[in-house]
Amino acid sequence: MSENVKFVQGNEACAEAALYAGLDFYAGYPITPSSEITEYLAYHLPQIGGKFLQMEDEIASLCAIIGASLTGRKVMTATSGPGFSLMQEALGYAIMAEIPCVIVDVQRGGPSTGLPTHGSQADVNQARWGTHGDHAIIALTASNHQDVFSITVEAFNLAETYRTPVILLLDELVAHMRERLVIPEPGKIPLVDRLKTSVKEGVDYHPYLPREDGRLPMSDFGGVHRFNVTGLFHDMWGFPSSEPSIVHGLLRHLVDKLENRAHQLACYKEYYTEDAEQLLLSYGSSARSALHTVENRRKRGERLGLLELQTLWPFPEDIVREKCAGMKSVIVVEQNMGQVLQAVKLAVDEPAKVFLANRIDGVFITPADILNILRLIQGKGV
Amino acid sequence: MAIKDYLRERFFPHLWCPGCGHGMVLNGLLRAIDKLGMSKNEIVMVSGIGCSSRITGYVDFHTLHTIHGRALAFATGVKMARPELNLIVPMGDGDALAIGGNHFIHAARRNIDITAIVMNNRIYGMTGGQFSPLSGENIRATTAPYLTIDPSFDVVELAKAAGATFVARTTTYHIQQVSDIIGKAILHEGFSVVEVLSQCPTYFGRKNKEGDAVDMVQHFKKNTTSIGSKAKQENPDLIERGIFVQTELPEYCSEYEKMVQRAMKGQ
Repeated sequence: MSENVKFVQGNEACAEAALYAGLDFYAGYPITPSSEITEYLAYHLPQIGGKFLQMEDEIASLCAIIGASLTGRKVMTATSGPGFSLMQEALGYAIMAEIPCVIVDVQRGGPSTGLPTHGSQADVNQARWGTHGDHAIIALTASNHQDVFSITVEAFNLAETYRTPVILLLDELVAHMRERLVIPEPGKIPLVDRLKTSVKEGVDYHPYLPREDGRLPMSDFGGVHRFNVTGLFHDMWGFPSSEPSIVHGLLRHLVDKLENRAHQLACYKEYYTEDAEQLLLSYGSSARSALHTVENRRKRGERLGLLELQTLWPFPEDIVREKCAGMKSVIVVEQNMGQVLQAVKLAVDEPAKVFLANRIDGVFITPADILNILRLIQGKGV
Repeated sequence: MAIKDYLRERFFPHLWCPGCGHGMVLNGLLRAIDKLGMSKNEIVMVSGIGCSSRITGYVDFHTLHTIHGRALAFATGVKMARPELNLIVPMGDGDALAIGGNHFIHAARRNIDITAIVMNNRIYGMTGGQFSPLSGENIRATTAPYLTIDPSFDVVELAKAAGATFVARTTTYHIQQVSDIIGKAILHEGFSVVEVLSQCPTYFGRKNKEGDAVDMVQHFKKNTTSIGSKAKQENPDLIERGIFVQTELPEYCSEYEKMVQRAMKGQ
């Protein structure tokens, strides 16, 4: 069978991947630069009998997919910074009530309306801490369309496995760029289906009693088990409780189920790191310029490597510490004022050796920008 | 089935104050469901935040207690995902029409088959007695120490204008009518709005010198009348009770299925 090759935008790659992963319910609201995801699914979901809703705002979009997810559907919404800001309360609800969903944030410049049609990577910390209260979150990203495809499928798999919202942090450049994409054969990337309860009808059922591995085998709404779902702290029946031991136990469960698995949740790629003396650390569209820089400097004999992160949260501390160990310097390449830089500095043994190469003016960071920073660090001037 | 078979007795006592009207609405709602002979498994009740929204915890259906004002958006997702389920959304006045006003008008506009029950006690009870968009003018509240200057929404007029295809109003005094109207609203295919005037003796009653719960319920008897009654003609200040709108128009989930048929044929 010939390869299914397409020449598409990153947004279309994401939407294609969502369908591959089994997406059958989507709700969204128009916003640049994510609208193509919504448009693509408005066209394709009805053709396969899936559900597409254009809601009245981004808040309603996330709320609607959470409701649909409870009935057992695989769900997604997509937005950009301003819409992602609006979604934060419902995001916390999905964390608290343990409802699988995928939220795509195609990042643009901010704050506020900012730069709607220009790239940015400045929502990294919003993805981590945008919703209130202590919590853990999974946030993934990718730098090219093939990776956007596989990481989108991974986002669904992780959401279903851990019954949690997963944030997919794309950026305007990757989202709007056209590039070759090979759609894998069905089944080539394994899909995770939601764990269902084996408790029979009529037996007292505890929807919020996690298994030893932290996973919840939940019944779908409309099934034989009727239970309560709430954003309040709740007991194993899902009924509100402010009993200190229950509050403590639930919060620890919600955080530990992800933070304790930071190592296995970590997706990343390495280029030329085996003998590297200096390391670029990047992600998303910035990693493309970082890779170009590494390949150019290698031709000149410089031992430069690249660590490209695809999992941003939980931050892969162990991997970053290990890969940065012994480097003369580590340069974090990103399009914000140092959001991942801070996490890297906290993770490494020698934070003084970690530098930032960034742009915050809406212009895509180029290999020349990165080279300038490299030369400054190397004491060669610009 | 006995009414208590619809309740999660494990979670009682409930948190409502003595004299609160919300338990009366719950009573009327459960009697309506019992009369319709519906299976508990086919009912999903979705609520937001507030005193009224705690109703979901106490009933033995699939229950979803969500965030403030957004219950109808969650319910829209559940209904679209499983159109065969019956969606009932009890809301407070602030929940439905202040923070949730946008979702309220859009659910009505779509005419999606959801039964929205606005339990209107004209006050934010759970947070301690602040005025709501249904308090109306010259009301005393903890955020209106000099009396409110905010005009009120008329839930019925708003629901009609937004496109709801079943619109009704009653009060906790008229408990048989509560049950009767909610039953009809559940059977109606489309977006149904039932406003139930309910009493909050703790905050609204005390602050506004309306007496105790019994006095407040008596007040509903005195100040309301059936739609188009002679009493209304004589005293236009009376609030009308009954079914204002009951029309058959295309329902959203059914229309979506027709769109799916078109999409599958490539049209």
